[in-house]
Amino acid sequence: MEELDGEPTVTLIPGMNSQKKQMCFDWGPGEMLVCETSFNKKEKSEVVPGCLLIYIVRKDVDVYSQILRKLFNESHGIFVGLQRIEEELTGKSRKAQLVRVSKNYRSVIRACMEEMHQVAIAAKDPASGRQFSSQVSILSAMELIWNLCEILFIEVAPAGPLLLHLLDWVRLHVCEVDSLSADVLGSENPSKHESFWNLVTVLVLQGRLDEARQMLSREADASPTSAGMCRILGDLMRTMPVLSPGNTQTLTELELKWQHWHEECERHLQDGTFASSPHLESLCKIMLGDEAALLEQKKLLSNWYHFLVTRLLYSHPTVKPMDLYFYAQSSLDLFLGGESSPEPLDNILMAAFEFDIHQVIKECSIALSNWWFVAHLTDLLDHCKLLQSHNLYFGSNMREFLLLEYASGLFAHHSLWQLGVDYFDYCPELGRVSLELHIERIPLSTEQKALKVLRVCEQRQMTEQVRSICKILAMKAVRNNRLGSALSWSIRAKDAAFATLVSDRFLRDYCERGCFSDLDLIDNLGPAMMLSDRLTFLGKYREFHRLYGEKRFVDAASLLLSLMTSQIAPRSFWMTLLTDALPLLEQKQVIFSAEQTYELMRCLEDLTSGKPVCGEPDPQRLQDDDVETTKVEMLRLALARNLARSIIKEGSLEGS
Amino acid sequence: MFVARSIAADHKDLIHDVSFDFHGRRMATCSSDQSVKVWDKSESGDWHCTASWKTHSGSVWRVTWAHPEFGQVLASCSFDRTAAVWEEIVGESNDKLRGQSHWVKRTTLVDSRTSVTDVKFAPKHMGLMLATCSADGIVRVYEAPDVMNLSQWSLQHEISCKLSCSCISWNPSSSRAHPPMIAVGSDDSSPNAMAKAQIFEYNENTRKYAKAETLMTVTDPVHDIAFAPNLGRSFHILAIATKDVRIFTLKPVRKELTSSGGPTKFEIHIVAQFDNHNSQVWRVSWNITGTVLASSGDDGCVRLWKANYMDNWKCTGILKGNGSPVSGSSQQGSSNPPLGSNVPNLQNSLNGSSAGRKHS
Repeated sequence: MEELDGEPTVTLIPGMNSQKKQMCFDWGPGEMLVCETSFNKKEKSEVVPGCLLIYIVRKDVDVYSQILRKLFNESHGIFVGLQRIEEELTGKSRKAQLVRVSKNYRSVIRACMEEMHQVAIAAKDPASGRQFSSQVSILSAMELIWNLCEILFIEVAPAGPLLLHLLDWVRLHVCEVDSLSADVLGSENPSKHESFWNLVTVLVLQGRLDEARQMLSREADASPTSAGMCRILGDLMRTMPVLSPGNTQTLTELELKWQHWHEECERHLQDGTFASSPHLESLCKIMLGDEAALLEQKKLLSNWYHFLVTRLLYSHPTVKPMDLYFYAQSSLDLFLGGESSPEPLDNILMAAFEFDIHQVIKECSIALSNWWFVAHLTDLLDHCKLLQSHNLYFGSNMREFLLLEYASGLFAHHSLWQLGVDYFDYCPELGRVSLELHIERIPLSTEQKALKVLRVCEQRQMTEQVRSICKILAMKAVRNNRLGSALSWSIRAKDAAFATLVSDRFLRDYCERGCFSDLDLIDNLGPAMMLSDRLTFLGKYREFHRLYGEKRFVDAASLLLSLMTSQIAPRSFWMTLLTDALPLLEQKQVIFSAEQTYELMRCLEDLTSGKPVCGEPDPQRLQDDDVETTKVEMLRLALARNLARSIIKEGSLEGS
Repeated sequence: MFVARSIAADHKDLIHDVSFDFHGRRMATCSSDQSVKVWDKSESGDWHCTASWKTHSGSVWRVTWAHPEFGQVLASCSFDRTAAVWEEIVGESNDKLRGQSHWVKRTTLVDSRTSVTDVKFAPKHMGLMLATCSADGIVRVYEAPDVMNLSQWSLQHEISCKLSCSCISWNPSSSRAHPPMIAVGSDDSSPNAMAKAQIFEYNENTRKYAKAETLMTVTDPVHDIAFAPNLGRSFHILAIATKDVRIFTLKPVRKELTSSGGPTKFEIHIVAQFDNHNSQVWRVSWNITGTVLASSGDDGCVRLWKANYMDNWKCTGILKGNGSPVSGSSQQGSSNPPLGSNVPNLQNSLNGSSAGRKHS
C-alpha cells in the first residue's frame, strides 16, 4: 500500500517569530510547552527583555467537549459490549448482530449531530455558531461513510438488496426532500407551487415512485389537459419492478421483468407520449436512466453518489457489488465534469466502493482530526474479520494502533481517561504497558481521584503502578506533615522503608508533644502493622498506652517489657519506655514480677552502659546530663523497690 | 487541531529550557537571567508563577524535575560550572493563600571545571540519581542514598567522553534485561573528533560505566539526544538532534556472541533522518509512550514525527510562529487573553465537502 503524503497539520503560534528565534519545548500529558529562545550560545543575540512568552499548546476540544463527551461515553459502551460478546458471535446470527452494533454506533453519531445542530442554531455569536455547524457537517460525513461501510462490508449486501440499501443510504443523507415536500404540500395550490416539479423530480431521483405518483395525480386533477399523460407516467411508475424484501423471485426473473418495463418506457418516449410536457418527458428520461437527463438535475442530486445510485436504479438495478466501483468512478467523473476535483470525502467513498478497506481507513485517518471514528470503525471491521494484520515492529496491528491512539487522547482529559482504560484493556499487545505509562501520569488532585486510579491499577494487578502512586502520595503527605495520610499510603504501597520513616516521625512527634496524632489509624492497623518493625512498634506502643488507659496494668507491663526484649523498640526509644514503666512500678500493687524486674534492670544497664549505639541518631539524648542522671536514678530506685516487693509477693503464700 | 495560549514569562533574559513536571501540573523555566521560575497550574487551567529565585551566577542552561516519588525536587545546571538540586519546602499557611512556593538549595555540585551543559535525573527505579555533563567532556553521576536527606549527594562515577559534552539522556527502560545506559552527545565542532554520540552502559561486575557504542555515522555536532520510552521492546530507540533529526534503533546483540562481561554490543540502524529544519536541530524530545518525537531547529519550528502502523516515520505536525509580534509585548508582565479563537482555523479537509453544504 503506497503512502499518501498527507500534509502535516500546521499550528501557528501568534507572536512567535520563527525568522529570528528558535523554540525550546517540553511534552506534557495533553499539552506541550513551547518557548522562544536562541540556541546558538556562541552568538550574541539581541535580547528583548520582558516580551518573552511561554506557550501552552494543546488539542482544542473545549468547544465541542460537552456534546462530544456523550458521543465518547456512549460509543464506549457499544465498544465494550462488542468486545464482550465476541465469543458469542457465531454462525448466521453473527452478521445480524454485527450489523446491529454498526447501527448502534450510527445512531449515536446521529444523536450527537442532532444535539450539536440545536446548539448551532441557538448559538449567540455567529463565529461559534459556524464552528458548531462545521462540526455537524463533519459528523454527518462520518455517518455517511460509516453507513456505506456498513452496507458494503458488514451487511455485505448482494446484488439486488445492494441497490435497496444504497437507496436508503442516499435518502437518509440528502434531506432536502422533506423540507421541499413540506413547502409544496403545505401551500394552497401544491401543483402550482414553483418547486412542484422539483419535488416530483427529486422523488423520482430517489426512487420514491409512490409519492411521485401521488404528486402526479394532483397535477392531473389540477390540469386536465395533462391528466392523460400523468396517468400513463404514473402507471409506469407503479409497474416498475423492484426487489422487495421477502420477495421470492430470483434476480434473473427480476432482470427480465425490468427489461420489459424498461422497453415499455422507451416505447413511450419514442412515441412522443409525453412530448407536450417537458417536465414529464424529462421524468421519463430519468426513469430510463438517461445520463444526460440525470446530469441536468445536478442541483437536485447535489452530489455524485446520489447520481450514482439513481443511475444504478434506473439502468443497472441488479448491479453486483464488485461492479460498483466501475460505475462509481464514472459517476464521479461525469458529475464533476472536469470542473472540480474530488474532495477527501469523495476519495473515501470511492475507496469504499472499491472495497479497499485499508484505503478507507487510511484516508479517514488523514482527513479527520480525531481518532474516534477510525478507531471504532476499524475495530468493528476487525470483528467482521475483514482486516489483514500489518505487523508493526513490535507486533501490533492497525486496529490496535488506532485504538491506542484514541485511548491515549482520552487520557489527556480529567475524567474521560476512565473510558480510555477499557480501550487499553482490549489491546492485547501494547494495551497494558500503554495503560501503565498513562495511568501514572494522571494528576492526583483529590483523594477520590487517587483512589479511582488505584482501583483501576489494583484490578489489573499493576503492582508497580500502585506502589509508585502510593509512594508519591505518601511523600507528598510527609512533606506536608500529614503523618496519618503518609502512613496509610505507605501501607498501601507496601513500602516498608517509608513506613518505618513515617513511624519514626510519629514517635518523634510523641516524644515532643506527649501525645499521638491519628490515633484512629494507629489503633486500627491490623495485620498491616507487620509491614515494618518500626510500624509494629508504633502499633504496639500505642496498644500499651491503651492497655494502661484501660487499667489493664499487668498486660500493659508485659507488653512494655516485650517491646524491649524482642528488640522491636528502637534503642533510642528505650529511655522513654523505661520512663513509661515508672508509674507501673510505683503502683500500690505489684505489677512487674521479679523476673520481669530483672529484665527491666538489665535493659536499663544496657542502655546506660555508655556504649554508643551506631546507626541510631539520637537527638533526644543530647539532653541535659543532669536530667538524664536523675531519671536513671529514679528508675533504679523504683526497680529496686519493685524487685523487693515482687520477691516478697512471690515468696508468700496466697492470702497472706 | 491545536490551540496555543500564552503566558508572560517575566524572565529578564533568554529562556533556555522549559520543563513540565511528571503530571504536567507544574513547570519550570530557566534563563540567562540566572534564575529559575516555577509555575503551577490551577484547577481552572491557568498558570501562575509561584516561585522565582536566583539559582546560579551564570546562565542557567537546563532545568529538570525529579520523579514525584522523591517529592518536589528540581535540578539545574549552569554556565557557572555548577549544578544544583532544589527542594520545595512547604511553607506557612499564608504562603499557600498567596499561592507561593518556596524552594531551598539542597546541594551544589561543583566538580566540573567548565560550564555544565545538561543535567538529567536517572529513571526512578535507580533511586535518586542524576547525571551532569560538561564542556570539559566529563559525565558525572551522583546519587543521594537517603531520599529524605537531599543535602547528601555523592559522586558515584566520572565518565570521560573526551569531547566537550552538550547533552545526555538516560535510557528510561526499567526492564531487568537492560542494564542502565546513558547516551551522551557532543557539540565539538572539529571534524576530526569522531565520538559525537556515545552510549555508556553500567557493568554489574566492574560496577562502572563503560563505553558500549559510538554512533559512527554521527559526525556533526550533536545538540540534543533522547532515548525513547520503552513499551516492552527488546531494543532501544534513540533520537539525535544534529544537523538533522535522526532516529536510531539499537538492538542488543545476543550475549553469547560477545565476550562475556563486557558491555553489550548493539546492532545500530538508522530508521529515520529528516532535514526539514533546514539547518541545525537543537532539541529532540519524546512523548510519554515514545510514539511521537518532537524536534526544534533553526527554522524556528517545532516538528512532530510519528511512525504509522507500517513503521514509516513522517512529520505529522508543525508548530511555527506566524511572525507577527504580539502587540504591547514590551510591557513586562502583560498577560495575553487566550488566543485560541484567533488562531486561524486549521484545515479540516472534510469541511465543505460535497456531502455537506459549504459554509462561508
